[in-house]
Amino acid sequence: MSADDVQGPEDAAEETDGRGGRALAIPDLALVVLVGASGSGKSTFARRHFAPTQVLSSDFFRGLVADDENDQAATPDAFDVLHYTAATRLRAGRLTVVDATNVRREDRASLVRLAKDHDVLPVAIVLDLPESVCIERNAARPDRELSAAVIRRQRSELRRGLRGLGREGFRKVLVLRSPEDVEAAVLTYEKQYNDRREDPGPFDVIGDVHGCRAELEELLGRLGYTITRDDRGRPVDAVHPDGRRAVFVGDLVDRGPDSPGVLRLVMGMVAARHALCVPGNHENKLVRALRGRNVQISHGLEETLTQLAAEPEEFRGAVEEFCYGLVSHYVLDGGALVVVHAGLPEKLQGRSSGRVRSFALYGDTTGETDEFGLPVRYPWAKDYRGRAMVLYGHTPVPEPEWVNNTMCLDTGCVFGGKLTALRYPERELVAVPAARTYYEPARPFLVDGAAPPLQPARDADVLDIEDVLGKRVVETRLAGRVTVREENAAAAIEVMSRFALAPQQLLHLPPTMSPVATSQLPGLLEHPAEAFAHYRDEGVDRVVCEEKHMGSRAVALVRRDDVLGDPDRPVERRGAVHTRTGRSFFAPDLTAAVLARLAAAVEEAGLFDELGSDWVLLDTELLPWSAKAGELIRSQYASVGAAARAAVPAAVAELERAAARGLDVGALLDRQRQRAGDAAAFTDAYRRYCWPTDGLSGISVAPFQVLAAEGATFAEREHAWHLAVADRLAAADPELVRGTAHRYVDLTDPVSEEAATAWWTELTAAGGEGMVVKPAANLTRGRRGVVQPGLKVRGREYLRIIYGPDYTRPENLDRLRERNLGRKRGLAQREYALGIEGLERAARGEPLWRVHECVFAVLALESEPVDPRL
Amino acid sequence: MLLTLSTTHRPATDLGFLLHKNPERAQSVDVSAGRVHVFYPEASDERCTVALLLDVDPIALVRNARGTATEGFSLGQYVNDRPYAASSLLAVALGKAFASARRGVSKERPDLVDVALPLEIHLPALSCRGGVEMAQRFFAPLGWTVGARPVPLDETFPHWGDSRYVDLRLTGTQRVADAINHLYVGLPVLDDAKHYWVSSDEIDKLLRAGEGWLATHPDRDLVTRRYLAHRVSFARAAMSRLAEVDDLEPDSLDDAVVTAGSGDEQDERPVPLVLQRHGAVVAALRASGAARVLDLGCGSGALLAALLKEGALTEIVGVDVSHRALEAAARRLHLDRLPDRQRARVTLLQGALTYTDARLRGYDAAVLMEVVEHLDPDRLPALERTVFADAAPGTVIVTTPNVEHNVRYEALLPGGMRHRDHRFEWNRAEFAGWATGVAARRGYAVRFLGVGTDDPEVGPPTQMAVFTRSAAVAGEDAA
Repeated sequence: MSADDVQGPEDAAEETDGRGGRALAIPDLALVVLVGASGSGKSTFARRHFAPTQVLSSDFFRGLVADDENDQAATPDAFDVLHYTAATRLRAGRLTVVDATNVRREDRASLVRLAKDHDVLPVAIVLDLPESVCIERNAARPDRELSAAVIRRQRSELRRGLRGLGREGFRKVLVLRSPEDVEAAVLTYEKQYNDRREDPGPFDVIGDVHGCRAELEELLGRLGYTITRDDRGRPVDAVHPDGRRAVFVGDLVDRGPDSPGVLRLVMGMVAARHALCVPGNHENKLVRALRGRNVQISHGLEETLTQLAAEPEEFRGAVEEFCYGLVSHYVLDGGALVVVHAGLPEKLQGRSSGRVRSFALYGDTTGETDEFGLPVRYPWAKDYRGRAMVLYGHTPVPEPEWVNNTMCLDTGCVFGGKLTALRYPERELVAVPAARTYYEPARPFLVDGAAPPLQPARDADVLDIEDVLGKRVVETRLAGRVTVREENAAAAIEVMSRFALAPQQLLHLPPTMSPVATSQLPGLLEHPAEAFAHYRDEGVDRVVCEEKHMGSRAVALVRRDDVLGDPDRPVERRGAVHTRTGRSFFAPDLTAAVLARLAAAVEEAGLFDELGSDWVLLDTELLPWSAKAGELIRSQYASVGAAARAAVPAAVAELERAAARGLDVGALLDRQRQRAGDAAAFTDAYRRYCWPTDGLSGISVAPFQVLAAEGATFAEREHAWHLAVADRLAAADPELVRGTAHRYVDLTDPVSEEAATAWWTELTAAGGEGMVVKPAANLTRGRRGVVQPGLKVRGREYLRIIYGPDYTRPENLDRLRERNLGRKRGLAQREYALGIEGLERAARGEPLWRVHECVFAVLALESEPVDPRL
Repeated sequence: MLLTLSTTHRPATDLGFLLHKNPERAQSVDVSAGRVHVFYPEASDERCTVALLLDVDPIALVRNARGTATEGFSLGQYVNDRPYAASSLLAVALGKAFASARRGVSKERPDLVDVALPLEIHLPALSCRGGVEMAQRFFAPLGWTVGARPVPLDETFPHWGDSRYVDLRLTGTQRVADAINHLYVGLPVLDDAKHYWVSSDEIDKLLRAGEGWLATHPDRDLVTRRYLAHRVSFARAAMSRLAEVDDLEPDSLDDAVVTAGSGDEQDERPVPLVLQRHGAVVAALRASGAARVLDLGCGSGALLAALLKEGALTEIVGVDVSHRALEAAARRLHLDRLPDRQRARVTLLQGALTYTDARLRGYDAAVLMEVVEHLDPDRLPALERTVFADAAPGTVIVTTPNVEHNVRYEALLPGGMRHRDHRFEWNRAEFAGWATGVAARRGYAVRFLGVGTDDPEVGPPTQMAVFTRSAAVAGEDAA
C-alpha cells in the first residue's frame, strides 16, 4: 500500500452525492470510462468536456466498420477497433475517453485491463440519471428505436454494479445523478505526482545510503551543502548556496549504523524543499513493519527497528508518514531525467500502476533466486533505449558506469564501498569512501574489483536492429526531430553492414552541402555573389571563403596510438580514414601508414595535449580525387571524353565533305564544331583531378575542421581556429598535409566582396573546383534555425564534369538554371544537425547506439532522391 | 553519334532510292532523344555515302524520359557517353530514319531491294563491351568483314588502356535492309548497357528485328541475355545514389544478386558442390530435430527452396541484408503463388547480423551457409553475439570455403579468393580456431564436417561446423 500518484477509490465515495457546481478532478493521463444507460447524455457530456479526438464512441466505431451506427451486429468488430485505437493512444500517453454504455461488468473489465496494460489509471464517470430522462431523450432521437424495457434493463445493470466500481479496479469513480448535476459539472486535471517535468534542477542525485549518516554528511559537504543541526547537534536540513537540490534514489535505511539520523536529515531536506526522495524497497518494507504487518525481519530491517525504538513515538509516526508518502519515481527536467530506485524502462516512465511501483522498487526480477538466496534480476539497463537519463540504485556496483544513458549510483557504502552522487546536468561524479564495512553482504561485493555477478556486463556497444531499421526519428539539439524514411534505412543498412567500417570507428559521416542559388550571369551557373547575399540576408556579417580542394571528402579518426602503426589493435582503439559512406579509404596497410603520419603530425603540433585528448576527429579532403574515384573517372568521365573525341571530329569531317558538295549543313556543322571544343574542355576538366600515387607518395590530406575530441566538439569555434590548426598540422608534416587557402569577407563591405570574387574567378579560371563559403563564426543561428553551415560555389570548368561537356551553351544553360535547391538545402541542414548531434553524443561518452543512430541516419538521408548534380 | 553507310554499287546513288532519302538534300527528323540528320558527304555514280547523325539533346533526354522526376536519377544518367557513342539510341534513330528501307520496301527501285550490294559501314565510336573481339563475334557470322580498332581511353594516361569504344568498319555484300537490321540489333547488344532512354516496347521491337537470322547466330544466347539483363529497375536507385556519394560506379554496391549466367563472377564452385552443401545442411538439420529454422544470409533463396521441401520444418525464416536479394528470393520461391499453408511456413526478413535482433530469438536452428566470409573480420564478434548469444538457437550450422582447397581450382590465381566479395577465406585450422572459441565462449559444443570430396592433401572444398547449445546452458534458459 502507498499513497502513490493519485487518490485511491476510497476517496471517490464522498463524491457520489449530487450537489451542483462541483469540480471533478481526474488525472491528466487516464482512461476515462463513461458509464450510463442509453439516453443518459454521455456523448453530450463527452463533447462538452473533451476534445473530439480524445473521445472514442461505440456509435462512431460501429459506423466505421459497418456504415451504420446502430447496427448492433457490428458491435464486437466495433469494439475490436475501439480497443485497438484506445491502446494505441494510451501507449503514446494520451488521455482517452470511451463513450459506450459500459453498464455490464465484463465490458468495464476489459477496459480496466486495457488501462492496466498501459499503466494508466482507469477512471469511471457514471451518469446515473432517472429512467424517465433517458426514455424521454431516446424517444426524441429519430435514428434510434430503443424500447423502454432495454433502458430499464441497462439502468438496473448499472445500479447493481455501481457500488463495486472501486473493487473492479477504477481508481476514481465520479457519479452524476441529475441533469442539473451534469449541467454543473466542471472537469479539472490533476498532474500525476511523479510528473515534475517543469523542474530543471540542477540536482545532486545520491545513491543508496542505508543508514550511513556520517558518510552522507560528508558527501553533502563535498557537494557544497551547508548542514543545519538541531539543538542536540543532529543534522535536520542541508542547503546549497546555489539552490541545488539533492535527489535520493531510496534505500535510506537498514543495515547501517544510523538509519534514524539519515531519515531525520532527509525528511528535513524534503520538507524544506531542499531535496526530493523516491522510495526504495527498504522504505516500502519499513512502512509495513511500522504498521504492524507481518513482514520478515531481515536484510538489516532489524537494526533499523531497534534504532527507531529508541526514538519518540511521534518521530516513528513521521517516518511512517514520510515513507508512505514517497512517490515511486520522478520525471524531471522536461522529461530528460528520471530518478527511481531500481530502474524503469521508458514505457513505464511517468505512468502510474502497481506494475510501475513494483518495477521501481524491485527492478526486473525473474522470479528465481541465486546461490546466495537473492532474487535474480534481469539487467534491464542493457536493453534501455529511452530518451531520458535514468539514475537509480538498488544493486551495489564497485564503480558507477554509464549503460545506455542509465547509471546505477549504489556503490555499496554500507558494505564498505562508497557513497556516490552524480551532479546533474553536469554529469560529474562525487563520492566519499565508507568509513568501514558496516554489514557483510550476502553476495561477495568488491571481490578483487571484479564486476558484480548480477550487474549487466558493459555491452553498451551492442547495436540492435531496431536502432536503425524501419522509420526512424532522431532527436537533435539543432533541428529537433529528424525523420528517416523506412526505404532509405533499408538501403543504408546494406551499405552500412556490408561495406562500412565497424560502428566503433564511425563517429561521423559528413553532411551533404548545398550549392549557392543559381547565378543569372551569362555563361555561369554559380557565382559567389549569391553566397554572400544568402548569408547577409541571414544576418551574418562575416564569412570565410575556403578553397575547394580537388579531392574526396575524408574523415580521419586519429588516435595517439596510431603513431605505432599497429593494425592489430582492437577495433575500438583503432583510428580510421573513411569516406562519406563510411568505407575505409585504403587497404589496412596504407591506412596504418597514413594514420601513423597523421598521428605524428597531430602530436608534433601539440594538438593532443592542447585538447586534452588521446584522439581527434578531423574533417578533411583527401587528394587526388583519382586515388579513390579512379575507376569511376575511367569508366564514366574518361569514357565520355574518349567517345566524344572519336565521334565528334568524324562528324565534323563528314559534314565538311557534305558542305563542300554544296549541301546546306552550315548550322549543323557549327554546332558540331562547338561540341568538339566542349569535349576537349571536358577532358581537360577531369584530367586535373588525376595524378598517379604510389603508396603514400602523391597522397595529400587537407584537414579543414576539427570535429571532435575526448569530451569536446568544436562546431562553435570560429573557422579561423580550425584553419590555424590545419596550418599547424601542415607545418608538422608538409609532405602529407596541406593547409586550405582562404579569404575572409566583410559582407557589409563591397570592396571586400569584390576581392573575394576576384579570388574565386582566378581560382576557377585555372580549372580550380571553386570555393566553400561559411559563416566565419562557424555554427550560426539565423532567422529560421541554424543557417547553412556552408555553401559551395563551383567553378565553370569543374561543372562540366557535373552537368556535361556542353552545359555552357546558352540554350542548355537556360534550361539548367531551373534547378530546385529547396530539397538539397533542407537535407543539408538536417544532415548537419544529425552530424553535430552524433559528435556531441560521442564527446559525452554516450552509448554506441546513440552515436550510431545519428551516423546511420546521415547515411540513410543520403539515399534520398535529390538532384545529384547539386 | 555518327554512322556512315557507303556503296560502290553502280550507280551508287541508287542508295538514295533504297533509303528513301534524296542525296542532294540534308534532311532531319525528330526522335525522342533529339534530332536525326541524314545527309550525303559524297554522292557520285561510283561511290555514294549516307551519313546519319543523331544530335542528342542531353538535357531533354533526361527530362523526357522521366517527366519531372529527374531527382530520382543518379549522376551517371546525366553525364554519359550517350550523345557520342553509337548505342541503342542510334539504333532507334536508324529504325525511324530508314523505316521503309529496313522493311525492304522501295518505290523507285523495287528490283534492288533483294539484291546484295557492296556495302561499307563506319561507326567511329561504337560502344562495344568485349571490345574488338566481341564486334568480330557478332558481325563476322553475318557475313561482314570486320575492321575494328579500339579507341584509347585517354592519351595523357596511356596506362589506362583502351576505352570500351571501337572504331568499327564493316565491309561486305549484303541487302541494305539486312545491313540496317544487323545494326539495329547489334548496337544495343554490343553496348550492353542499360537502355535508360529506350522504352521497353522499343526493346521488343529491337528483338523482333532479329527474325530470320538471330535464331541461327552462334552467339544467339549471349545476344538475348544481354537484352534481358539490362532492363532497368528503378528500385535499385537508392543503392545507386549511395554509391555515387562515394564516387563509386552506381552498380558497384548493388551486387547482392548475381545476374544468372552473366559469366562475370569468379564463382569457381562447380554446381554439384552447391547441391552437396544443401544436402549436408539439410542432413545436419534433420539430425538436430529442428522444426523452426533461420537461414541467416539467405541471399536469393537457393537454400530456402531446399528447406521448403523438408516437411519437418514448420517455420522457415530467411534473413538477408539486401532488400533486392529478398525480392529475388520471394520470386524464386513463388511466394505469391504458394498455397496458404505453405506460404505460412516462410518468412523473409531484412536484417543485418551485426545488429542484435529480437525477431531472431527462440528458434531451433540457424544456418549460416557461406556467410561469415562476407563479413570483415572486425565484425565477427558482433555476428557471434547476435547469433550465438542473442538469438541463441539450439543448433547453429556454419559453412565456409576451405581456402586450402583453392589450389584445386585452376581458374583461380594463386592467393585469389572464390568470390570477389569474400573478405577472407579460412583454412581448416583457422575455421576450427574460430568455431571452438565461439563454442567455448557461448556455451555450445561444436563438431566439424567436410562438404564435397575430401582431398587427402588439401581437404574438402567446403568446411562445415555444427554447434549444439550445451544442455547446461539450454536448461538454465528454460528455468
